[in-house]
Amino acid sequence: MALAFDEYGRPFIIIKEQEQKTRLRGLDAQKANISAGRSVARILRTSLGPKGMDKMLSSPDGDVTITNDGATILEQMDVDNQIAKLMVELSRSQDYEIGDGTTGVVVMAGSLLEQAEKLLERGIHPIRIAEGYELASRIAVEHLERIAHKFEFGENNIESLVQTCMTTLSSKIVNRCKRQLAEISVKAVLAVADLERKDVNLDLIKVDGKVGGKLEDTELIYGIVVDKDMSHPQMPKQIQDANIAILTCPFEPPKPKTKHKVDIDTVEKFEALRRQEHQYFDDMVQQCKDVGATLVICQWGFDDEANHLLMHRNLPAVRWVGGVELELIAIATGGRIVPRFQELTAEKLGKAGLVREKSFGTTKDRMLYIEHCANSRAVTVFIRGGNKMMIEETKRSIHDALCVARNLIRNNSIVYGGGSAEIACSIAVEAAADRYPGVEQYAIRAFADALDAIPMALAENSGLQPIETLSAVKSQQIKIPTRVMQENNPHCGIDCNDVGTTDMREQNVFETLIGKQQQVLLATQVVKMILKIDDVISAAEF
Amino acid sequence: MAIERILKDDASEEKGERARMASFVGAMAIADLVKTTLGPKGMDKILQSTGRGQSVTVTNDGATILKSLHIDNPAAKVLVDISKVQDDEVGDGTTSVVVLAGELLREAEKLVASKIHPMTIIAGLLRAFHHCIWVLSSVHDQIAEKFKMDLMKIAKTTLSSKILSQDKEHFAKLAVDAVLRLKVKGLLQGSTNLESIQIIKKPGGSLKDSFLDEGFILDKKIGIGQPKRIENANILVANTAMDTDKVKIYGARVRVDSMAKVADIEAAEKQKMREKVDKILAHGINCFVNRQLIYNFPEELFANAGVLAIEHADFDGIERLALVTGGEIASTFDNPESVKLGHCKLIEEIMIGEDKLIKFSGVEMGQACTVVLRGASHHVLDEAERSLHDALCVLSQTVNDSRVLFGGGWPEMVMAKAVDELARTTPGKRSHAIEAFSKALVAIPTTIADNAGLDSAELVARLRAEHNKEESNAGIDVISGSVGDMSELGISEAFKVKQAVLLSATEAAEMILRVDEIITCAPRRREDRM
Repeated sequence: MALAFDEYGRPFIIIKEQEQKTRLRGLDAQKANISAGRSVARILRTSLGPKGMDKMLSSPDGDVTITNDGATILEQMDVDNQIAKLMVELSRSQDYEIGDGTTGVVVMAGSLLEQAEKLLERGIHPIRIAEGYELASRIAVEHLERIAHKFEFGENNIESLVQTCMTTLSSKIVNRCKRQLAEISVKAVLAVADLERKDVNLDLIKVDGKVGGKLEDTELIYGIVVDKDMSHPQMPKQIQDANIAILTCPFEPPKPKTKHKVDIDTVEKFEALRRQEHQYFDDMVQQCKDVGATLVICQWGFDDEANHLLMHRNLPAVRWVGGVELELIAIATGGRIVPRFQELTAEKLGKAGLVREKSFGTTKDRMLYIEHCANSRAVTVFIRGGNKMMIEETKRSIHDALCVARNLIRNNSIVYGGGSAEIACSIAVEAAADRYPGVEQYAIRAFADALDAIPMALAENSGLQPIETLSAVKSQQIKIPTRVMQENNPHCGIDCNDVGTTDMREQNVFETLIGKQQQVLLATQVVKMILKIDDVISAAEF
Repeated sequence: MAIERILKDDASEEKGERARMASFVGAMAIADLVKTTLGPKGMDKILQSTGRGQSVTVTNDGATILKSLHIDNPAAKVLVDISKVQDDEVGDGTTSVVVLAGELLREAEKLVASKIHPMTIIAGLLRAFHHCIWVLSSVHDQIAEKFKMDLMKIAKTTLSSKILSQDKEHFAKLAVDAVLRLKVKGLLQGSTNLESIQIIKKPGGSLKDSFLDEGFILDKKIGIGQPKRIENANILVANTAMDTDKVKIYGARVRVDSMAKVADIEAAEKQKMREKVDKILAHGINCFVNRQLIYNFPEELFANAGVLAIEHADFDGIERLALVTGGEIASTFDNPESVKLGHCKLIEEIMIGEDKLIKFSGVEMGQACTVVLRGASHHVLDEAERSLHDALCVLSQTVNDSRVLFGGGWPEMVMAKAVDELARTTPGKRSHAIEAFSKALVAIPTTIADNAGLDSAELVARLRAEHNKEESNAGIDVISGSVGDMSELGISEAFKVKQAVLLSATEAAEMILRVDEIITCAPRRREDRM
C-alpha cells in the first residue's frame, strides 16, 4: 500500500522504510487503542471512592510518591503509549478545569471504551458508536441538570460547602481530619472569593507545607507565609504594624543592561568612585527609610555593606523572596511592587499588622509569617504532617477541596455522590435509548451500561458485591418515587462506608454539578477521538 | 491481539497482593535492620560510604544509619523519611519510630492475609492510636519541682543507649546544664533553638575529659604579635572584606598608562585600607573578629594598635559570637557611636590537647555555652556528638512541654493494656486491627529485652502481669535483667518524643497499607560521556 505507481507506471514510495515502522490498521488498530485506554483505566479503578487504595510511584530519579489522585498518578506514571497519553491528557484537563474527579473521568472513559469494543465486534461502525455516545452524553448532562439541587450558602452558612469538600477529602489519606481540612479549604476560598462576580482566584491561596508536627496542626493563616528569614541574624524577629516596601531591585551597585566600562586611571577617580559607591548604599537605605518603611522585602540579594546599613538603621529586611510570593505579599498587604528605589513613595508601601519569624523543630528552620494584612484577600494554608509524602499528598487533597469549593461558588448546584448521579443518568439514558431509531440506539444503551461502571467500581472497592449492590440500588432509585420529584429517586447511591443507608442525602455525600457534567463530557470526547482512529503508524525505535 | 504495553520499557508495575507484599517486605527489612540498635544494650552499625575515601561511620542512631543507606524499595523509603522527620522534629526516638512502624506492618500483614480489607485495618489502627494518645496524656507526670533531677533522668535514659552510656552521668549533667542555660535568661517558654550551644570536637583525651564551658570558644588562632589575653574586651564583630576592598560598581576597572600611576593607585588602595582600619579602630575596640580574610597588611595595623584580630571565623561562628557577646555584625564603619559592640570579661588563648583555641569568657548573654568533646578517635567523637545532640534535643523539647513518662517499655505496656481493653469493647472487624496495634506496641519492650540478651518472652509476660495490678511503674530493667520499678530506677522519657513516635509510625503504616499498586518508572538514562 505504501508503494504507489505514477501515471507512467513507475513505482514511488509514500511511506519510507516500511519494514522499520509498525503499522496497525482497521479493526486491529481500534482494538489495540481500546485495550491501551482500558489498561490505563484499570490502574485507576481501584483508587476510586472513599475506600480506594493508593498507588506508590517511583520516579525516574527514585523519588517516591504515594497518592490516589488520578491526575497525579497518570502524570507521574510516564506512559509511553500514545493512546495512554490521551487518557493522561484527559485526566489533566479535568484537573485544570474542575480540579476534582480526575480518577472518575478516566474510569468512565475506560468503561465507555470497553462497551465500544463489544459494539465494534458486532460490526457497528465506529463513527456510529461515536455519534451514539455523543447523543447519550447530551441526555446524561441534561438529566444531571434536572436532578441537581441548588445549594444555599453565605458568609456564615458554610456548612453545605464544608460537606461537599468533605466528600472530596474522604477518599484521600487525610480523611481522618477531613472535617478540619474541609473547613480550612472553605474558609480559604471564601476569604478570597468575589461573591458578586462568583469568581475565585485560586492563585491567591498559597498552599505551603513543612514536615513535622501532625496533620491536626494544619492551619489557615490570613496572610502569607514565606520560607525565608531576616537577612541579618540580629534584626528583630517580630514587627508590629509593619509598613512593607516590596522591592524588585537589589541592594547592590547598579548593573546597567548596556555594556559599559568605568576606567580608573588616576588616584582621584579611584577615590571618587569609592565615595560614590558608599553614597549609593547610603541613599538606597535612606530612601526606604524616608518613605516610612519598617520592613523591606526584596526579590534580590543584598550586599554585605547594605545589609549592615539596613540593620544599623533599624530596618529589617528579607531577601531572595520568589516572584510569586512577592506578588502575593503585594496583594495581601495592598502594597505595590517597586522596581526602583527612586519610585518608592509612602502610598506604595504595604501594611501588615504583624510580621513574625517562627522556628520549627530542632533544626534551623524558620518561616516568616505576615499576618493581619491590610487586604486579607491572600491566605495561606499551612500544612504540617509526619513526612514529606504525607505533606505532598495533603497538598494535592487540599487543592482538590479548594477547587470543589470554588466550583460551588461559581455554580451552587450539586448532585448527590456515591455513584447515585451515575445510576440516575444510566436509568435516564437507558430509557431514552429506545426512542432513537437506527444503530445509535445500541451505542446509547452501551453508554448507559458504561455509566454503571463507576458505582460498580465504588462497590467493589468497598468490599461489596458489585452486581448485587448495583442492582439493589438501581431498583431502589426507580421504586421509591418521592412526592417532590414525582419521578425517580436519584439520591440512592452505594453505601461505601457501611453506614446502613443508601440515601446519599442522609450521608451528606455531595458532588458539584459542573464537575460531574464535565466528567461525562470529557470522557465522551476522548472516547470519540480514540474511536475515530483507524490507522496507527509508529516510527521505528531509534 | 497482545495488550499494548503502556509504560516504558524499563518501567515495572506491581499490583495487588504482590505490591503489598513488596512494600511489607521492604518496610520490615528496614525495621529489622535497625532493630538491634534499640535500647540500652543495642549494638552499633558500621557504615562505609561508597564515595572516595570510603569513610567509615560507627553509630547506633537510627536516623544516621537510615540516612546513609541507598534504598530501592519505595516503602522502605517511607520509613527512612519518617525517621528523618523524627530527627528534625524531636531529635530522639529515630530508631523506635522505625521499629514501631515495622511492627505495625508486620501485624497488619497477618490481618491482610486473613482477608481483612486494608481500609478496615487502617480504621482500627487510627482508633487505637487516638486511644493511645489519650491514655498517655492521662498517665503522664508533670515535672516542675525537681526539674533538674527529672531532666537528668531523661538525659540519662536517652544517653544510655548510646556510646556515651559509660559516662552517662557526666554527659547527662553536661546536657542538662547546657539546656538549662537556654532557659534561664530566655522566656518561660524556653527556646528549642540549639544554635547557641556549640559543640567542638577535639580528638585526644578520653570521653570523660569532655567539658562544658560557660563562655564561648572559637576554634581560631590569634594573629602573630597581637595580645594573647585581653580583659574587659570590646569586640567588633564584622563581615567585611579585609583583603583588597574591591570597587563594587559594575564594570569598573583600573586602566593606567604608566608605572608611576600604578604606584599611585597602589598607594591609594593602601590608604583606603588604612582608613578603613582607622575607622574600625575608632570604635574603641580591642578585639576585631571578621568573617572574611584579613590580609597581612591590615593585620599588621591591628597588631600595631594592640588590637586582637581574628580572621575567617565561619558564618555560624560569627552569628553565634554576635549573639553571645551582644554585638551586632557590622559591615560599615562610619558611625562608631551607634554600632553596638560586643563585650566580654576576658579573652584568652587556651590549649585543648594540641590545639590553641580562643576563649571568650564572661559574656553578656548567659545563654550560650560550648561543649568541648574529647575522645580517642574521630569516630567516637562523631558518635558522641550525635548522642549529645539527641539528648539536647530531647531536653529542650521537655523544657517546653514538661510532661514526662517512665521509660523501659513502661508507656508501651500501659498503652498496650489500654488498647487491649478497647479491642475487647469494639465491635466489628476493626477490633482485630486494634489488637494488632497492641501487639506491635509490646514488640518494643520485647526488642529491648532481646537486644540485652534477656529472655524476652519471660520478661514481657512478667511485665504484663505487673501492669495488670493497679498503679504499676514496672518496666524492664536491662541492667539487672529483671522487671523493676521505673520510678525508683529513675528512667524517664519525654512525652513529646513518645507522642511523635506513635504519630509518625501510625502515619507511615497507614500510607504503606493504603498502597495496592507500585509503579516504578524507567530510571533516567545517564548520558554516555564517552
